[in-house]
Amino acid sequence: MSQVSQQLDAARYTWGGDEFLFVEIAESMSLAANFKANAMATRLSARAVDGVVDICPANASLLLRFDPDVVPPDRLESLVREVEEEVAQLSEQTLETRIIEIPVWYDDPYTRETGARFRKGHQRPDGTDLDFAAEENGLSSPQEFIRKHHESPWLVSMVGFVAGLPFMFQIVPQEEQLEVPKYLSPRTDTPPLTVGHGGCFACIYSVRGAGGYQMFGIAAAPIFDPAQKLDDFSDFMIFFRPGDIVKFRPVGEDEYRTIQAEVDAGTFTYRQAPVTFDLQKALADPTAHNRDILEKLHGL
Amino acid sequence: MAFDILEPGLATSVQDLGRLGYYNVGIPQGGAMDQLSASMANALVGNAETDAVLECAYLGPKFTTDADAVLAVTGAPVQVKVNGAPVEQWTRLPLAAGDEVSFGMLSGGTRYYIAVQGGIDVPLVLGSRSTYALGALGGWQGRALKAGDTLPVGAVAPSARSVRDSIPEDLRPVYAKEVTVRILPGLYDHRLTAEGMETLVSASWKLTPVADRTGLRYSGPDIAWKPRTQPFGAGSDPSNIVDAGYAVGSIQIPGGKEPIVLHRDAVSGGGYAMVATVISADMDVVARSAPGTVTHFEPVTMEQALTARADAARSRRAVWE
Repeated sequence: MSQVSQQLDAARYTWGGDEFLFVEIAESMSLAANFKANAMATRLSARAVDGVVDICPANASLLLRFDPDVVPPDRLESLVREVEEEVAQLSEQTLETRIIEIPVWYDDPYTRETGARFRKGHQRPDGTDLDFAAEENGLSSPQEFIRKHHESPWLVSMVGFVAGLPFMFQIVPQEEQLEVPKYLSPRTDTPPLTVGHGGCFACIYSVRGAGGYQMFGIAAAPIFDPAQKLDDFSDFMIFFRPGDIVKFRPVGEDEYRTIQAEVDAGTFTYRQAPVTFDLQKALADPTAHNRDILEKLHGL
Repeated sequence: MAFDILEPGLATSVQDLGRLGYYNVGIPQGGAMDQLSASMANALVGNAETDAVLECAYLGPKFTTDADAVLAVTGAPVQVKVNGAPVEQWTRLPLAAGDEVSFGMLSGGTRYYIAVQGGIDVPLVLGSRSTYALGALGGWQGRALKAGDTLPVGAVAPSARSVRDSIPEDLRPVYAKEVTVRILPGLYDHRLTAEGMETLVSASWKLTPVADRTGLRYSGPDIAWKPRTQPFGAGSDPSNIVDAGYAVGSIQIPGGKEPIVLHRDAVSGGGYAMVATVISADMDVVARSAPGTVTHFEPVTMEQALTARADAARSRRAVWE
């Protein structure tokens, strides 16, 4: 028996109207649920089923858009159930992926200013989102929260909401996960590249707009580049893929400005390295697994 | 040829049938909200159904054409003027170089469509000319029109042939103050109390002014969620879920108040439970609703949804025959 089938019950299948099939793999978030969502998505893509228009793996679920005139709903459901069964039989759960270093200016003036503008109605009207997050997690200071935020890597568990926005799940045991409630009422404005957090998920807002996650800092380089000016976007305008592993690196204002100048000049590239993510190892000994994958980044 | 935009209107954007295949990275399908009306406008000017049109919300644009052109305006009932003189909607309108097109008041609905022979000739981005404003992608420079824009119109194909001169009254969509929208319950409907689901399908819901291409919010009675201990990662409110993909047309009820129907520019996912989805045949009905429209959500089965889908496809094909 594989780890995934030991941990997870069969998925729940339900319909979103006549064009969407929704597969809830688990109600709660876990690495195993996310791994199963992505494994099912990869195998469904490989099958290239006529009439399946979009395959959207999410944190602990999977959404398919289909054309019922081409693939009838019951036929689609049995195909997806077959794939679920295949994934449950996998004896090895590894993912060939990459680790990427994301420079972040924590506690920056842009998200500070935006946070101050939306203070009315916030859970903690005084102070900042970082102060609130530190308190919520029983940490002594915002600096301590920032340290815990960037010291362990994160798995991109879903891409979406708006174009190219990554949801990220920290690869640490559940009791060490940082958890923060979302804003009581969503903001109408969020600076682009804000590093946010809601529930157990980190995100990077790819574009300016509405948002409900707490704001901790700002990433220095783009993750969505419709003009595809930077080398990292030569294949596609969206940088992140599900399964990517992210290591945040704190930078100060000077380095933030230097990176921005490189972005403007078109010379910036993300520091990244290929790695193998192994679900069993990550679950059994996250500290050792994280050390192994971080070494790949530092060994560049 | 081109249109010179003198006044942009409230939210005039370039739209076609939409951009499928990029929902997995958060790029919405987009496309004309009221697909039947947009399709009819293209049929009138001899375009293909895939050609791009202008979608106007409430307050229309004012523009001049720099060459002779063939135009059609369909959708929500609105006063259409050429050089200040009223002309007909739902019919083919010949324009001469220098003519000025403008719009008066709406008398129902919210969105109307302008098709021009040759189509709005903006570049295809990821297979579509639709505007994705949040991502500043597609359409005219990735945004709604502004005064001073010069909007390119495509060359007329030698084969261009208008399918019909006007749309007969009985084929035109209706812009009613009270509508029934069919929904397929599902997704996270088991998280509502039985009374909550009963309220959703029996109450009269009034469309609020919070309604745009991303979603439409309705006011009415509160709806109860079953109380429970929330799963890890979901968030504290019973209407929260571990962030998941959103079905287009699905209905979420944050905090049990004011259901929101997600529409063509909706975000692709998030942390609010969805409890039902508007069937594909009725997405246009939702798109045509003006604030204040009284809406009844009628539950149907998948089989009924598929029958309605086939009926809607037949009606749409009839315009092109």
